[in-house]
Amino acid sequence: MTLIQVVPASIARTTPQELALSGSWTARGIGQIETQLKALSASSGSTMVVDASRIEAFDTAGAWIVQKLRRRLGGECVSMEIRQLRPEFARLLEVVGQEIAHRAGAANHDPDLSPTRLESLGRATAEAFEQGRALLGFIGKCTFVLGRCLAHPQRLRWHPILYNIRSAGFDALPIVGLLSFLLGIVIAYQGADQLRQYGANIFVADLVGLSMLREFAPLITAIIVAGRSGSAYAAQIGTMAVTEEIDAMRTIGIAPLELLVLPKFIALLIALPLLTVFADVLGVFGGMLMARAQLAVSYVEFLDRFVKTVSVTAYLIGVGKAPVFAAIIVTIGCFQGFRTHGGPDSVGRQTTRSVVQSIFLVIVADALFSVAFSALDL
Amino acid sequence: MTSLASLENNVIEISQLTTRFGEHVVHAGLDLVVRRAEILALVGGSGSGKSTLLREIILLQQPESGSIKVLGVDLENISDAAALALRQRWGVMFQSGGLFGSLTVRENVGLPLREHTGLSDALIDEIADWKLAMAGLDPEVGAQYPTELSGGMMKRASLARALALDPELLFLDEPTAGLDPESADEIDQLIRKLRDLFGLSIVIITHDLDLLWQVSDRVAVLADGKVLGVGSMAELAQLNIPAIRKFFDGPRGRAAQQQTGLR
Repeated sequence: MTLIQVVPASIARTTPQELALSGSWTARGIGQIETQLKALSASSGSTMVVDASRIEAFDTAGAWIVQKLRRRLGGECVSMEIRQLRPEFARLLEVVGQEIAHRAGAANHDPDLSPTRLESLGRATAEAFEQGRALLGFIGKCTFVLGRCLAHPQRLRWHPILYNIRSAGFDALPIVGLLSFLLGIVIAYQGADQLRQYGANIFVADLVGLSMLREFAPLITAIIVAGRSGSAYAAQIGTMAVTEEIDAMRTIGIAPLELLVLPKFIALLIALPLLTVFADVLGVFGGMLMARAQLAVSYVEFLDRFVKTVSVTAYLIGVGKAPVFAAIIVTIGCFQGFRTHGGPDSVGRQTTRSVVQSIFLVIVADALFSVAFSALDL
Repeated sequence: MTSLASLENNVIEISQLTTRFGEHVVHAGLDLVVRRAEILALVGGSGSGKSTLLREIILLQQPESGSIKVLGVDLENISDAAALALRQRWGVMFQSGGLFGSLTVRENVGLPLREHTGLSDALIDEIADWKLAMAGLDPEVGAQYPTELSGGMMKRASLARALALDPELLFLDEPTAGLDPESADEIDQLIRKLRDLFGLSIVIITHDLDLLWQVSDRVAVLADGKVLGVGSMAELAQLNIPAIRKFFDGPRGRAAQQQTGLR
């Protein structure tokens, strides 16, 4: 609220036919008397005399409510006579009066447009379908561009590819490593209690090895990269769309997909499996530390058991999921970026969408993989 | 509009203002006075510190030294409460609008009223609609979002918001840049009308020669960190300072000058 000290506007009814106005009739001063004015009435056919000599300040808001009062009373056949208003205020009052009269001629332009629940549901559904179709179209275009570039490898832009491998892959090493290390510790720690009860301490190697390599390492890596790089893709492309850079690119004759999407796609296709391997190593290492601390399983015993139970298949299954996750992250991130239009607001919204959708789709894909692998007995 | 404050005649007094960005000196002992109810145009080449000066006057940036007085209030060491009070007495129209993308145009214009007064929503919407009409926008525009507007409409909406609290002082940053000639003419007239009707003091940053000749009462030319000359365009035309001559001697300058002569 305002900190400007103003004398609030006030209105006093000295006699039934006389009003005395005083104080600041400005936007800040008239807050309290709006309701008072609404309640004001007089017997029809009479004249209301308004003494305005003690009005200290007057602005368009003040003039507006005075003129509205005059109009309303006019409708009830009460005429209003304003006396002793300062000349500069009177001029303003007149301008406002003309505007209100002019406005009354125009039709009410503000119909209630808030949609019903059914309409909102319908719109949301239609939008979801539209988005699905657009995504399919985007995937098609990307595939086409990818095919064209693979047919003419000299068209590939190596510089952005290497840059993206560094920013999405190498720069993510610390966070991916730390989180998978902690995840390995948590798995071993949670398993330790149960295993100790059965005296099956050595099985901690199975537990950590299989769950890390098959499921957790690829998943946690994909989720971190979706949050880290997927959002960056959407924000970068979205900002470029808002500032017309994408349009500029098209007019110069550079295909935006080729310059913006393809390098990211190829880079992440290389980087994400590598990151997953790194996460495998640190996750298992975390589990190994915990196995020794909690279950007295030495490193040698652990590794011995690890080599026997965890097959190469388990490792390959885990790493094999990574390119699929990479494709999902790049596609969704870039797709949502290209769908940005309007202003900065839209960039934020599309970035949020890209992260939510890519994490969602990564987990859905992981679930589908689990179903497929169990059907294939892998 | 608040009548009591009209005792002093200068709404802005700047003396010995110095601003520096690292090694780069923007203002070196700049002096400037803006009088009540005048339209003052600030001109100068790119990088002459016009925008920086504006930012310092409207409390977005601190000068290194020197004093700025706005509406009788010294901006140096101003308290938060005083700054808030002062901010409600001026309106600023930014070059690219500065409208909030998440609000409709009507909400944008009504925002200062909603924030600083206790008026009812219905009344605020009515006043906002009127300010939009005053800036020359149709009522339908009120329900649209800023991204749906054209450049000219965005400037008008921004002007309407600057006028929401009936300021005493109005700052316009490039009000006609990027507008078609017709819209620019309308803005010219609007600025004059506002001054005549409400007794506003208006500071304009502009490169628009038509605006300079036809709207401004006085023009201040900024160069080398100082105000090189202040006066009406006709007075400035007599001066023989290279930085000022640029505004008169180019083909555009001559055309704008002749046009005024014909009137």
